[in-house]
Amino acid sequence: MTEALSDSFALVGRQMRHIRRMPEQLLGITVMPVALVVVFGYLFGSAMQVPGEGGYKEYIMAGIFAQVMLANITTTAVGVVGDLNNGLVDRFRALPISRSSVLVGRTVADAVLVAWTCAVMAGVGYLIGWRAHNGVLRTLAGFGLLLLMGFAMSWLGALIGLTLRNAEAVSALAGVVMMPLAFLSNAFVPLDGLPGWLRTIAEWNPVSAVVSASRDLFGNERGTSGGAFPAEHPIPTALVVLVVLIAVTVPLAGRAYQKAAAQR
Amino acid sequence: METAISAEGLRKRYGDHQALDGIDLSVPTGSVLGVLGPNGAGKTTTVRILTTLLEPDEGRAVVAGYDLAAQPRQVRANIGLTGQYAAVDERLTGRENLQLIGVLLHLGRRGARARATELLERFDLVDAADRQAKTYSGGMRRRLDLAASLVARPPVLFLDEPTTGLDLTSRLTLWEMIREQVRGGVTVLLTTQYLEEADQLADRIAVIDRGLVIADGTPDELKRKVGGERLQVSVAEDTDLAVVTRCLAGVVPGEPAVDLQNRTVSVPLTDGMGTISAAAAGLEGLGVEPEDFAVHRSSLDDVFLALTGQQGRTPAARQARRPGQPDPAGPAEDQAAPHTIKEKQAV
Ligand SMILES: Nc1ncnc2c1ncn2[C@@H]1O[C@H](COP(=O)(O)OP(=O)(O)O)[C@@H](O)[C@H]1O
Ligand SMILES: [Mg+2]
Repeated sequence: MTEALSDSFALVGRQMRHIRRMPEQLLGITVMPVALVVVFGYLFGSAMQVPGEGGYKEYIMAGIFAQVMLANITTTAVGVVGDLNNGLVDRFRALPISRSSVLVGRTVADAVLVAWTCAVMAGVGYLIGWRAHNGVLRTLAGFGLLLLMGFAMSWLGALIGLTLRNAEAVSALAGVVMMPLAFLSNAFVPLDGLPGWLRTIAEWNPVSAVVSASRDLFGNERGTSGGAFPAEHPIPTALVVLVVLIAVTVPLAGRAYQKAAAQR
Repeated sequence: METAISAEGLRKRYGDHQALDGIDLSVPTGSVLGVLGPNGAGKTTTVRILTTLLEPDEGRAVVAGYDLAAQPRQVRANIGLTGQYAAVDERLTGRENLQLIGVLLHLGRRGARARATELLERFDLVDAADRQAKTYSGGMRRRLDLAASLVARPPVLFLDEPTTGLDLTSRLTLWEMIREQVRGGVTVLLTTQYLEEADQLADRIAVIDRGLVIADGTPDELKRKVGGERLQVSVAEDTDLAVVTRCLAGVVPGEPAVDLQNRTVSVPLTDGMGTISAAAAGLEGLGVEPEDFAVHRSSLDDVFLALTGQQGRTPAARQARRPGQPDPAGPAEDQAAPHTIKEKQAV
C-alpha cells in the first residue's frame, strides 16, 4: 500500500514536470478560470437578480468552481487515452510496481492541477468582491468538497477514456455528459424561475447538491430550496454521491485499464 | 537455473485470428535467442506474453525461474523490456526518464540519480542527458529506451525489433551495446525481421511464422539445412555446360545441380578448399574458361525463404527459386513449398 502510494507519487511528479514544460497548458488552467470569474461575476453579475445581499458575485463562485471540477472529466479522459497510445504504458506495466499506480498518478495529478486552478479563481474572486463568511475551517471544507468532486470526475473521465480509447470520441462524449450536468443545475442560475419538471431534475442533479453544499459552507446565499431531499440536505447528499461515485468508478476504471492496456 | 526462459504451447487468439498457435521456446541462461519472423508472425505477441503484459489463452512459461501465471511480479522484477516502439516520456529529459524508472524501482532518490548517470554514460547520452527526449534522434531514443530497460540490472532482457527503422550506424552501435549486456551474463530474447541481425547477435534462432516455430537451431545449423556452402560455376556456352557438369561430378559425390537458363552448375562444398582446387584443376585440364567460379554461402535469406515461402531481404534469394528451375541450394528444394511445414523441425 505505501509502495503503491510512493509509486503514484513519483508518477504525479512526472505529470507536474509535463505541465511545467508546456506553458500553454499552464496558461490554460490559469487564464481560463480567471476569464470565467470575470465574465460571470462582472458582466453577467450586473444583469442577474439573485436572493441575498452578496449578489450574483457571491452566488456564482461556487457554481464556477463546480464547473471547473466537471471539466476534469475531459482532462483526465483525454490524458488517459494519450497514455494508452504511448508505449510508456507497457514500460510501466512491465515494472514490478503496483499496476494501479499509473491511473492513481494521473487522477491525483489532475486533482493537484485543479486545486491550483481553484486557488487562482479564489484569488480573482476575492478581488472582484467574493467573500466567504463562515470562517477558515468551513471555507476549507467547502474547497475540500469541491476537490473531492474534481477527483470523482477524474475517475469518471478515466473510465470514459479507457472504455472509448479514442481521443475525439472521448472529447465529444465528455462534452455531452458535462453540458446537462452543468446547466441543468443551480450552478449558474437560481432554480426558482425554472418550470416544474426542469426544476425537479435540477434539484436532483448531484452537481446542484455539491454547489449548494459549498455555498452553505462558504456562507454564500443559495436561494430557496424546493423541498426535494437533496436540496434540503446538500452536504450529506453531496458527500454520499461523491463517495459512491468514486467507489464505483475506481474499480471499474482499474478493470478497464487492465483490459485496454493488454489489448493495445 | 540453466534455462532462463522456457515456454510451452503458447496460444493467443484475436477474434477469429490465431496470432499464436502453440509457441515453444527455450533459452539457456546467458545466451541470446533470436526470434526471426516476418511482419505479423507473432513476435510482439510472444514478447508481450513473456513479459506479463498479455495473458496467453493457453500454454505456460517460466521466466528467470518464476512461473509467468503464478508469480508475475517476480518475473517483472527480473526482466527488462524494450518494446517495438520506443517507450520514453518525450517531455522528460533523458536523465529524468531514467531517474523516474529508478524511483519506481525503489532505488531511492540518490540511487536513482547515480544509476541514471551511469547509464547515460554507458549509452553515450551524456551530452543530451538534460534535453527533453522529444528532441532525440531515432537512434538516441532507442538507446535511452534500452537504458531504461536496464535500470534494474535485469538478468533477462527482451528486445522487440530493437533496431527496426534505424540507420546503419545506429544499428551497429546498438548491436555493440546489446553484445556488452550479453558479455555481462544477461540472457537476451530478441525479435527481428532482419536475418543479418539474428545471424550477428543470436546463439540460436527460432524462425516463427503464423504463430508457429517452424525451425530452430544455431545460425550455422539453419544455413546447413538449406545446403551449406556450394561451389558454383557459370559458363558462356551451352556446349561447355555438359563438360563442366561431368567434371564437377567427378570431384564430389552426388549429382551436380544444373541451372540451364543461367548455364550454372553447382555442387556442395564437401571438402572445402580440396573441392575448390580439384574443380579448378579439372576445368583447367579440360580447357574450359568459366565465366564465373564462386563459392555461394547460403545466407539466412535462403533459410527464411525455404521455411516461410516468403522473400527475405535480398532479391537474389527469390531469383534463385523461380519455379521450374533447378534449385542452386539443391537439398532444400523440397522445403521451398510455402507453408507445408507445420511441425517443428528438429535440426
Ligand atoms: N490487439 C490485437 N488485436 C487483433 N489482432 C492483433 C492484435 N495484436 C496483434 N494482432 C494480430 O496478431 C498477429 C501477430 O501480431 P504480432 O505479434 O504483432 O506480429 P509481429 O510482431 O511478428 O509483427 C498479427 O496478424 C496481428 O495482426
Ligand atoms: Mg511486432
